[in-house]
Amino acid sequence: MVTAKSESTVRNTQSFWKRISDFITKWGTVLTVGVLILYFSLTLPTFLTYSNILTILRSIAIVTVIATGVTFSLTVNGFDLSIGSVATFADSLVISMFVWYQMSTFPSIIIAISITLVVALLNSFLIIKMKIPDLLATLSTMFMFEGVAMTYTGGGSISEGMPRLDGTPTFGKIPHTFKLIGQEPYIIIIMFIIVLIAHIFLNYTKHGRYLYMVGGNIEAARLSGIPVDKYRALAYFISTFLAALGGVILASRIGSAQINAGAGYLMPSVAAAFIGYSVAGAGKPNAIGTFVGAILVGVLENGLVMMSVPYYSMNIVKGGVLALALMLTYFKKDE
Amino acid sequence: MNNAERSKLKMEDISIEFPGVKALSHVNFELESGKIYGLVGANGAGKSTLMKILGGVYTHYAGKIYLDGKEINIKSPRDAKELGIEVVYQEVDTALVPYLDVAENIMLNTIVNKMDKKQFVGWNVIHEVARKTLQTLGVDINTHTLVEKLSLAQKQLILIARAIVQKTRFLILDEPTAPLSNTEIKELFRIVKDLSTNQNVGVVFISHRLPEVFEICEKITVMRDGKVVAEKDIEKVDMKQLVELMLGRKFSENYPKRKVNIGGKKLEIKNFEDTKSRIKITNLTVHRGEIVGIAGLAGAGKTEFCKSIFGVFPLRSGEIYINGKRIYNTSPSQAVKNGFALIPEERRKEGIWINESVVTNLTATSLSKFARILSIVNVSLERVCARDIIKKLSIKTPDEYQKAAYLSGGNQQKIVIGKWLIPNADIYIFDEPTKGVDIGAKHEIFEIIGQLAEMGKGIIYASCEFPEILGISDRIYVMYNGQIVKELETEKTSEEEILYYATGGK
Ligand SMILES: Nc1ncnc2c1ncn2[C@@H]1O[C@H](COP(=O)(O)OP(=O)(O)OP(=O)(O)O)[C@@H](O)[C@H]1O
Ligand SMILES: [Mg+2]
Repeated sequence: MVTAKSESTVRNTQSFWKRISDFITKWGTVLTVGVLILYFSLTLPTFLTYSNILTILRSIAIVTVIATGVTFSLTVNGFDLSIGSVATFADSLVISMFVWYQMSTFPSIIIAISITLVVALLNSFLIIKMKIPDLLATLSTMFMFEGVAMTYTGGGSISEGMPRLDGTPTFGKIPHTFKLIGQEPYIIIIMFIIVLIAHIFLNYTKHGRYLYMVGGNIEAARLSGIPVDKYRALAYFISTFLAALGGVILASRIGSAQINAGAGYLMPSVAAAFIGYSVAGAGKPNAIGTFVGAILVGVLENGLVMMSVPYYSMNIVKGGVLALALMLTYFKKDE
Repeated sequence: MNNAERSKLKMEDISIEFPGVKALSHVNFELESGKIYGLVGANGAGKSTLMKILGGVYTHYAGKIYLDGKEINIKSPRDAKELGIEVVYQEVDTALVPYLDVAENIMLNTIVNKMDKKQFVGWNVIHEVARKTLQTLGVDINTHTLVEKLSLAQKQLILIARAIVQKTRFLILDEPTAPLSNTEIKELFRIVKDLSTNQNVGVVFISHRLPEVFEICEKITVMRDGKVVAEKDIEKVDMKQLVELMLGRKFSENYPKRKVNIGGKKLEIKNFEDTKSRIKITNLTVHRGEIVGIAGLAGAGKTEFCKSIFGVFPLRSGEIYINGKRIYNTSPSQAVKNGFALIPEERRKEGIWINESVVTNLTATSLSKFARILSIVNVSLERVCARDIIKKLSIKTPDEYQKAAYLSGGNQQKIVIGKWLIPNADIYIFDEPTKGVDIGAKHEIFEIIGQLAEMGKGIIYASCEFPEILGISDRIYVMYNGQIVKELETEKTSEEEILYYATGGK
């Protein structure tokens, strides 16, 4: 009797600490977001206002869309570094449609995104057919399409009224409907729709299940009759598609094509997708987690700007908080 | 070392729990150096868990461990190694580093732990020692080969070599013989006996093949449902008693083979040759309702052949006909579309998603059946199906959402077999399906194969366990060196005859 009792108390205290550490592991990133919001709203009176929340959501929209794409490449145990260049390319293409060719909104978007999918084709070819490691293959396409975008635009930038490189004057205007895409509420709605669709796709459909299975054990997936190569290609196509969509939204927000405009979205997107692994203890790339990751990055950035931390020191704090959030999740005493 | 220096390892009142599973309750286990102990029990009985505690893998147990009367605390695998306890784990692939070579894998502990202040690795010495160790095991593998290139049997041997490369007091072998050939097993037993008598090592040997246990063990411990149910000297127990103790019920060793009416030609394979010429099969047929055995020793090319039919390897030539119609298995997914199912030999590596749930694993091959509008998976239907398989194969798991990683080795094997029972395939290829599963499950698998035959499926059953093939098949092809060297009627042949052809007899 006595031994049985002491044994169970031992187990209870053990499980109490274990439960706490499990909880932190599971919710560490969400906790960090919560603490950040609390801290900023206590120190900055305007932080939790309606307009600032909108600002945050608007500012994370592009990152979220692109990061969702990265998430897809991660599900098949791949990695897409080319997203930044894809966004730049899509930005250049769509603006050129308006400014150079005076086309209307929707055909322009469709054509721009379709052309950009060439990157996915190339990524899939290099990775699946040529068997180049994902990181290296997409690194090379990243450089390649950074160059393509620059060559296509003749130096990188296009804006209303700016003559082309050979001196040809341009007359196209950026349509009003197109400009709406980058403004609230549309930009925020697009973001939520993308996250929702990605979430449903990854968690509830056969195809989502297959993506994870390919990533989890490619050999087992192949021998189970899953067309492994098709699903890897699918992941890269979705990744490129979402990066291109991000680029189009970016074009709408800034109303022009800029040199390497998309490059700045690479790192926050990758960070958001990786933070997403740990949210709610998922342990694998997932859409909701990525969204939380994007919020973390966005809230931090917004708060720091409002606290007038100089831009050149901002990355120190950003990197630090990121490391902290990840520490909470990954650090385990035993096991 | 002389015999006076016998040391004694004692585990007392050991209990351990995982979420939802009481894996061990109040277990006592004792071993002395210089003796060989057998540890047996059904899949999920707790054998590996008990040994992992000794190996420092699990530390959250209750109970005490004593070495020579002194209480010891094994908090990490490194502690265990320092006490001279070496464990060869069941999960072969997780214990090896695939992109390192054979020597580096064998000498891993030395490289990692014994470097002290040295910063440079003496590669010549490492390869020399590794080569010598492999030699004592009677294994011929180049020490510069990358481990990922090796077969399962070779990997198992590498792990054993790693365990014996340094001096140990206690050697624990968790199902080491499952992937090995008979000659390799003989060699292993010779070494184990040598270690125990001449080097005074205490050995724990886990296996589901009871004859092996009777061959080398002096004492035997039987576990069931996380408890020790018997401890016997080997002379005082027989096979039948042992099986009943393991399963906790009466059990008859003979299974009557179902009588199935064998129909017309179902599968025909002609002029089969892969691009590397590892296999050359001129003709093989399977009839409706027929179980065709492919008998061959380890390394005969059975696995390559099974995988080639299934479209894994590119072919130089080869024709496959189903019901007289030519089909092309250009990839496994095409093979599945053509009605083929393959239960692969390396189940952990090729059949399991250890981070996914049991349900997800079980429905991996049949997900389309559960997909509804917009490909959305009907999870409740999926769960019902999975539960059915769990019951059919008595897979031991707290519930169907348990991660596959947390199942015992044998239960993971059952998942790989189970996932092919949901889709409605036409041709079933079993590659060593009984390895690592307990005797009860083995019979359930035979039962299921019999049912499949009754339903008119064609079955290919590849194995190096000749008695099993003789028990289950209608017809046998003997394979040697990548070729079918003989076709035999099961009723008119014997183990000796199969062995004769399997070893190259003409
Ligand atoms: N890490 C873990 N988490 C949860 N449950 C576990 C874990 N390890 C083992 N178990 C459970 O404990 C029980 C005993 O498992 P163990 O691996 O010791 O069985 P075993 O006797 O070695 O079986 P097998 O012959 O199949 O290898 C099983 O029910 C298993 O599911
Ligand atoms: Mg085990």
